[in-house]
Amino acid sequence: MSSSFFYRPRAGGPASAAAAAASNAAAAANKPWIEKYRPKTMDDISSQEQAVAVLKKTMESQNLPHLLFYGPPGTGKTSTILALARDIYGPEMIGSRVLELNASDERGISVIREKVKNFARSTVSHNIGSQNCPPYKIIILDEADSMTADAQSALRRTMETCSKLTRFCLICNYVTRIIEPLASRCAKFRFKPLEEKHSKDRLELICREEDVKISPEAILSLIRISEGDLRKAIMYLQSASRLMGKDAEIGVDVIADIAGTVPEDVIDGLEACWRTRDYKKISNEVSNVVADGHSASKILSQLHMRLLRTETLSSIQKAQVAEVFGDVDKALSDGADEQLQLLNMMTRVSTIAA
Amino acid sequence: MALWVDKHRPNNLDKLDYHADLSAHLKKLCASGDFPHMLVFGPPGSGKKTRVVAILRELFGAGSEKIKIDQRIFETPSKRKLELNIVSSNYHLEVNPSDVGNYDRVVIQDLLKEVAQTQQVDASAQKRFKVVVIHEADLLTRDAQAGLRRTMEKYMGNLRIIMCCNTTSKIIGPIQSRCLLVRVGAPTVPEICKVLQKVVKKEHCGPLPESLALRLAEDSGRNLRRAILMLETAKVQCHPFKDNQEIPRMDWEDFVRQVMHQILKAQNPESLQHVRGMLYELLNHCIDAATILKTLAKELIERVESNELKMRFAQEAAFYEHRLRMGQKAIFHLEAFVAKIMSVYKRHQMSMDH
Ligand SMILES: Nc1ncnc2c1ncn2[C@@H]1O[C@H](COP(=O)(O)OP(=O)(O)OP(=O)(O)O)[C@@H](O)[C@H]1O
Ligand SMILES: Nc1ncnc2c1ncn2[C@@H]1O[C@H](COP(=O)(O)OP(=O)(O)OP(=O)(O)O)[C@@H](O)[C@H]1O
Ligand SMILES: [Mg+2]
Ligand SMILES: [Mg+2]
Repeated sequence: MSSSFFYRPRAGGPASAAAAAASNAAAAANKPWIEKYRPKTMDDISSQEQAVAVLKKTMESQNLPHLLFYGPPGTGKTSTILALARDIYGPEMIGSRVLELNASDERGISVIREKVKNFARSTVSHNIGSQNCPPYKIIILDEADSMTADAQSALRRTMETCSKLTRFCLICNYVTRIIEPLASRCAKFRFKPLEEKHSKDRLELICREEDVKISPEAILSLIRISEGDLRKAIMYLQSASRLMGKDAEIGVDVIADIAGTVPEDVIDGLEACWRTRDYKKISNEVSNVVADGHSASKILSQLHMRLLRTETLSSIQKAQVAEVFGDVDKALSDGADEQLQLLNMMTRVSTIAA
Repeated sequence: MALWVDKHRPNNLDKLDYHADLSAHLKKLCASGDFPHMLVFGPPGSGKKTRVVAILRELFGAGSEKIKIDQRIFETPSKRKLELNIVSSNYHLEVNPSDVGNYDRVVIQDLLKEVAQTQQVDASAQKRFKVVVIHEADLLTRDAQAGLRRTMEKYMGNLRIIMCCNTTSKIIGPIQSRCLLVRVGAPTVPEICKVLQKVVKKEHCGPLPESLALRLAEDSGRNLRRAILMLETAKVQCHPFKDNQEIPRMDWEDFVRQVMHQILKAQNPESLQHVRGMLYELLNHCIDAATILKTLAKELIERVESNELKMRFAQEAAFYEHRLRMGQKAIFHLEAFVAKIMSVYKRHQMSMDH
């Protein structure tokens, strides 16, 4: 490998120290907003009142149970556990008391056992710093739903043997992918998609801090497109503001563009084809949509919204179309060819609808 | 000697010939201090790679073009050795992790951690981060994608990821919400014509008749790489260009056309057996099975007159292409497709006779 690419500056030299300081300052200024506005304390977590309230109570009791956080992406799971750990241990202790393992780490059975055991066993020296620092350590298993069932069962034993001095926090999107014996050992906390008004508050706060000009409709469409995923909303907001530059106002179209939403007139065109049974027309329309790079799964979900609203189809017809959509969605997620699947969908629906 | 497609690849954002809005946006994005992770998607030959190379140049200057290729060895937890070619400059690194199949997570994590731990060589460089380009990101396993989630957040300080893929349908939601989505649609036919004229001018081999340019562009299916390759072949076949000269076709495409004729000529076990032989021949020449199926379906659909049959053929093609992806042995599914088409066609003929 290129030695220069992986060049490591020698530690200690005065020049390198200065460079490092400068680079830290630059890094802070360029920090992506999703990190810059990551909640620092439990009080900053918005919209998850219930989870936060219960967690705060348990923290006071000095006896934390094992935890299981679940919910869709970008709703504050990782942020909450990090904030909780910071609240418990304070910034100095956190490094020695918290172990974070996520899906990027090797998490086979043996590795888990080894790492967790070593960490759990290294004794906790009492009362460093503050007195009310609790005696246990926390092991965070983020993205736990990507662990194999075997690794999860192995964890059961480990959890029990180490439970005197360690607490586990499992985090996942799909609680059903955590095996029952593991889930039943934990206090469960559900993280809901963020409510609109909370997303709005958070986004407006960022816009004020960062001096972003954005129309109220664009904020609304940002919230709608992100479907309660605040990370997505913040990500799109920052990208939009970078694309537009400082002076221009961010409008609805930019947001739609960034989110990869298929433009409404393209969807109109496809929907109009449903009422023709003309293969040539359908195939032309599909070829163009595919060449323009629109993703078939996005098209499918946007057409589905139309399907629910349309008044030209009977409910039987709608049910039949829904079945076609199901087939096509399955095929797409198996990696089938997008163009063929769209053709399939369009011709079948046109037979039902015409 | 370099192929025209490589020789005339525009190397900076200003020289890109189409999607001027997108280029302007990207330029602003590069100029701002911050830069997000990116997911660049679009159909084959639409100019994704070209655009990414131009972005790198905009970010890092000409240094990003001084690239070299190294072979790296990675070790899986089970001590298996994997070899992978990696393209790198001082500022970025490119990988195609689908080359290592199911071990892609190990490779990606090793690489990203390594890159994240190193600093930019050049303390005066405008950007504090390095870029890792992941090609064919839609072929990443779920496991590898899950591994990227937290990594993308943790290493954001000095690492950015640019993923290239044909479709976002296979990229998991949590990754999409961590990236700026950049859609690179295929150029339109007139845009392709313009690029072809430009290439001819640079090669001093004009004039290129408008009508020939148009036919090349249309025949390419809006795939610019294909159009330029065909142009170069056309020049070898007949120069100076003539407006009625034949469009160069691949040998295997002609062969697929013969398969189509055979299917429509006779629908019986002997004919099926004959076709099987032809399919084997295609597979033996390393033509991708899905491509064979798609091309064959296109030929069949163009050939038959009946609108009903066209629709039906398209649906069968979608069904068997999906099977092909899921299954193990290509020939089974190709043959099943042909048998199905024969039966549908024969039944149709019989109903016409009555
Ligand atoms: N409830 C919330 N309150 C405030 N900010 C939030 C909240 N949820 C998400 N965010 C914002 O989104 C970013 C990502 O959130 P976080 O990493 O906690 O999501 P997550 O639930 O762990 O998602 P994933 O399942 O994808 O890992 C945070 O840095 C923060 O900026
Ligand atoms: N904006 C452009 N202007 C002029 N020529 C271009 C442009 N973009 C791409 N090309 C030409 O088209 C060819 C194909 O582009 P490129 O390799 O970037 O496509 P791609 O989208 O990465 O394709 P694939 O998905 O098949 O890898 C390039 O070799 C280049 O010659
Ligand atoms: Mg998380
Ligand atoms: Mg490419």
